[in-house]
Amino acid sequence: MQELLVISGKGGTGKTTVTAALAALAEDKVLADCDVDAADLHLLLRPEVESVNEFYGSKKAVINPKFCNLCGRCLEACRFDAVLQVVSEKADGKARSDRGSFYIDSLACEGCGVCALVCPTGAVTMEPNLAGYWYISETPYGSLVHAQLGLAEENSGKLVTKVRQEARRLGEENNARLIITDGPPGIGCPVISSLTGVTLALVVTEPTAAGRHDLERVVKLADHFHVPVSVCINKYDLAPEKSREIEAYCYETGLSVAGKIPYDIDVVRALVNGVPLTSCSRGAAAKAVQAMWDSLLVRLEKIGNQ
Amino acid sequence: MIVTVASGKGGTGKTTIVTNLALALAKKMPVQVLDCDVEEPNAHLFLKPEFQEEREVTLPVPEVDETKCTACGRCSEVCAFHALAVAGGRVLVFPEMCHGCGGCSLVCPAGAIREKPYRIGVVARGQAGNIDFVHGRIDIGMPMAPPVIRAVKKLSRREGLTLIDAPPGTSCPVVAAVKGSDFCLLVTEPTPFGLNDLRLAVGMVRELGVPCAVVINRSTLGDQRVERYCLREGIPILLKIPFDKEYAATYARGRCLVEDYPHWVPSFIGLWQEVERLVSQRARAAGN
Repeated sequence: MQELLVISGKGGTGKTTVTAALAALAEDKVLADCDVDAADLHLLLRPEVESVNEFYGSKKAVINPKFCNLCGRCLEACRFDAVLQVVSEKADGKARSDRGSFYIDSLACEGCGVCALVCPTGAVTMEPNLAGYWYISETPYGSLVHAQLGLAEENSGKLVTKVRQEARRLGEENNARLIITDGPPGIGCPVISSLTGVTLALVVTEPTAAGRHDLERVVKLADHFHVPVSVCINKYDLAPEKSREIEAYCYETGLSVAGKIPYDIDVVRALVNGVPLTSCSRGAAAKAVQAMWDSLLVRLEKIGNQ
Repeated sequence: MIVTVASGKGGTGKTTIVTNLALALAKKMPVQVLDCDVEEPNAHLFLKPEFQEEREVTLPVPEVDETKCTACGRCSEVCAFHALAVAGGRVLVFPEMCHGCGGCSLVCPAGAIREKPYRIGVVARGQAGNIDFVHGRIDIGMPMAPPVIRAVKKLSRREGLTLIDAPPGTSCPVVAAVKGSDFCLLVTEPTPFGLNDLRLAVGMVRELGVPCAVVINRSTLGDQRVERYCLREGIPILLKIPFDKEYAATYARGRCLVEDYPHWVPSFIGLWQEVERLVSQRARAAGN
């Protein structure tokens, strides 16, 4: 089973639009949305959720005030400023009864457990933390594994890994040939978790000063993990000279440009109606995606034969 | 005042708002821009600062003295991030997994672990006209953005206006950027994606207790659902920027709206005045 990952360095370049459009063209595939921070693929694929599953991230520290002797060792030992001390007074000027006691800022806590290690009275415990959910859904275009990380939660990398594992398991069950994955933006922890071991990364970029800059960084990241890359230039005709710069950069660095998609109002229409571009339009952008898909299939087959 | 510009998602125009606000206000007051999108910092492409100093951001990562280590495995047991493992009678360290919590050196019974700085990125500071500019960049292959974001924020001058360009999303890197801000501007676009991501971003800033308002970019593409949502939630919409191929071309060339289209300057100054008004209103309501 091969895995095609769609990434972009940055959000907003059209990653999800391209992923959904490819999903409507490809056969024998399972779909995965690894943008667990702000998953959007479901808005175009209209999944019917079949199973909802809890995701536990790293544990978080909790201080039980009953056992706390206010020694302050936890405060000294925490390097993430996650241990706080009640200092405020009530509006009437009287001190609060809990003045001086310690508590954990769960948003700052990284779950390292050092506070629990140093606490002499055992007042600090590490508690499991429900950090989000992952789902298996049916869509008109095949099965979809997606997730939603809780607000302000960490561990998106681990949730991405979970989504990919489930997509792989589902793919094997369904005898699928391909997993198409919508990746997260950036080059940090969730992208690294999405990228390791995929067959091919399709990097969607746009012809802007920022687009070129982000493309270079994400290509370096893919190189770092030995993942082959194809490039898709979205809205290439909005700034033809920048598109040519990007093409020249790809040529110089030996990257293949799989497709160039023109700016097309049908893309916005498809988005607003919540359907993949290629299932509702025969316009210029839809044709370009079809051509790109043909060339990606050739590339995937070549990689498969290596 | 510290104002963070966030969006739930990249590509909605966060950097556009930060750079145009900074340029529109720089003649009136001290302005500092902190680009905290350390995975893909872009604000420098538009403000074109001259960088005067650059320094490394490091985490304290364990180093094992093999002459003292007994391979007891205590360090790998306590490590919540799987950054240490015992194999073949010695301890292996995976620095890119390490959060620098110091737990391993704390528990080592043989005193065999000391910490050494491990580079994860850089922070650079410079000047773009009157604007004091700082940005961070994580090194390629480093998963850890928040420490670099915190290093950028340490250089906040705390005079006039500090504008923070936040990373996309709603998880730890964004929280690191938004935390401690006086106000958060959420940039969105009027599409189902925009609305979905805006909802998440609103949830995130409410979780952090930071007041917010919305800017709608490419306001003429899409539908009315974002506006209806804002109305329902009582979130003010402070500025709308219509889609225009000419604006897109300006952006593509690495230029700012207020440079090529000066009639936008008053709109950005008005945006700032509205933010100021909302912040002081809230301060009054809180009894300060």
